[in-house]
Amino acid sequence: MTPTYYLLLSALLFAIGAVGVLVRRNAIVVFMCIELMLNAVNLSLVTFSRINGTLDGQIMAFFVMVVAAAEVVVGLAIIMSIFKSRRSASVDEANLLKY
Amino acid sequence: MLAMQQIPGAELTLAQGVQLPGIDYGALAPLLVIFGAGCAGVVVEAVAPRPARWPAQVLLTVLGLAAAAVTLGMHLSSGVGDVVTLAGAVVVDGPALFLWGTLLALALGAVLLIADRTVEPGGAFVADAAVRIGTAQDRAQNLSARQAPGAATPATSAMGATGSQTEIFPLFLFSLGGMMAFVAANDLLTMFVALEVLSLPLYLMCGLARRRRLLSQEAAVKYFLLGAFASAFFLYGIALLYGYAGSVTLAQIAQASGGTDRSDTLLFGGLAMLVIGLMFKASVGPFHTWTPDVYQGAPTPVTAFMASCTKVAAFGGMLRVLNVGFESTSWEWRGVLWGIAIASMVIGAVLGLTQTDVKRMIAYSSIAHAGFILVGAIALTEQGLSGTLFYLLAYGFTTLAAFGVVTLVRDSQGEATHLSQWAGLARRSPLTAWVFAFLLFAMAGIPATSGFTAKFAVFSAALADGMAPLVVIALVASAVAAFFYLRVVVLMFFSEPAADGPTVSVPGGFTTAAITLGVVVTVLLGVLPSFALDWAALGGFAS
Repeated sequence: MTPTYYLLLSALLFAIGAVGVLVRRNAIVVFMCIELMLNAVNLSLVTFSRINGTLDGQIMAFFVMVVAAAEVVVGLAIIMSIFKSRRSASVDEANLLKY
Repeated sequence: MLAMQQIPGAELTLAQGVQLPGIDYGALAPLLVIFGAGCAGVVVEAVAPRPARWPAQVLLTVLGLAAAAVTLGMHLSSGVGDVVTLAGAVVVDGPALFLWGTLLALALGAVLLIADRTVEPGGAFVADAAVRIGTAQDRAQNLSARQAPGAATPATSAMGATGSQTEIFPLFLFSLGGMMAFVAANDLLTMFVALEVLSLPLYLMCGLARRRRLLSQEAAVKYFLLGAFASAFFLYGIALLYGYAGSVTLAQIAQASGGTDRSDTLLFGGLAMLVIGLMFKASVGPFHTWTPDVYQGAPTPVTAFMASCTKVAAFGGMLRVLNVGFESTSWEWRGVLWGIAIASMVIGAVLGLTQTDVKRMIAYSSIAHAGFILVGAIALTEQGLSGTLFYLLAYGFTTLAAFGVVTLVRDSQGEATHLSQWAGLARRSPLTAWVFAFLLFAMAGIPATSGFTAKFAVFSAALADGMAPLVVIALVASAVAAFFYLRVVVLMFFSEPAADGPTVSVPGGFTTAAITLGVVVTVLLGVLPSFALDWAALGGFAS
């Protein structure tokens, strides 16, 4: 199987994640879509690593996983705190800041 | 069996012949000191009793900044040239050193604002961010903060009057360390990790305001979701460029773009994604949407830190990416960045006109300024580089002091940021009004302020590089932006103050020092800019 299919799958997953961020309303779901984007990038990195015949891409995928884990810690803490004060994690209802 | 042997004067060598990368500790010392101080701050948080934490953290942070500045000075005076270290991941060259110096100086001002506890009793940060808003506990931690420190019982004083979330200091140091690593990163992976190290603590710091906690939390959520979205784009750009060049080192990407059999789609798709991520951090043009909300909602000292230091770091990284990695392909991407610069200047200047909140107005002004800086950054000449570096230095100090002044104008609800409340401020406190007017003049670019010198340096570099139409648009945009700065000046000096208007707090030593630092640098860079200009022009990028 040619590696190109994996690149296309990765681009598709990235696009699904990006559209999800734009259309979904729940902060947790938005955040999950962002994680999907990061993992789509991981797939790209590993595929390019295979195409290029170097290991750099696979190492980078590990870095991305570590960073994504750190992001989850910070992100869920922030979403939790706003959920506690508003009883809702909707990104539409948080609208005090405008104009 | 990994038998290690020490070769005198060389790196450690593993038995299998794997070379461990050499580390130039002298050159990296400022970075290591900042991260070390951040780690020490975490330990202080864990072991020190509550009342001792705040003084210990302030002392530790200021000492860390001073030590980093000393090691930076030692490296500068040792006369070592450009250093590429950590297996080519980090490069300490002229621009990196200049930006490190700028970041450390701005961070000193920002930490003074963060540490201040005289303007808002107990400091600008909530005592315990985990307490739910609106509960009795939340009211208690606010009430005790407003009493005189001596009146509070020991139990409440631990939470309120003397209590604030002192984790802010280690978070601040980690964020600063990330910024310093970002401007010195020589490959895109290091840059991505540094980007996250600088961003993640900032997301948290945004949500820690003592007053108006709902706004603050909303700002944190918005900044976090949009920031993570943008860094996903940045990362996808890295993956595409890795596919194109087979490496994420900036120099090798530049080399590959000279001749490779890979599709150009990977190169330009990757560059576009990468630039989107960088532009978001620098709050440029159409990627600015988070800026006004986050600047308004975040605690003002944190806004001061974001507006000055993050902008320096983001543009520092952008300069390196464009100059080192993509100079040879500049013909293809320059048109797009022209468009982005114009969009940024127009959005900042025009939407700034309609703002009614001081912090939002400065946010839109920072978007316009990001456009001006971008004009210099896409002039890939020595003059453009030094002009942009100088602009970052000058703008950072001006905006730091401006947010420092914003913390002083208060009513019973906390900071009075609505513009109508600033009417007639000159009657209540002529000094504050004059200082703020001076800073607004500097942002507008009136001669004898640093803003004028900086704009002159950037625009003349762009003109010399053949971008006359862009310079004309930039001049028109700065004229439009000058209007909304002057509107505030007129409001402060020629309007009647409202009867129930805000008062101007007399700041303690910390805030006074921060504002004085910003104002003095703004004056000095306006009248005697040659020292900083010379330093900015000291060297180009190494790789």
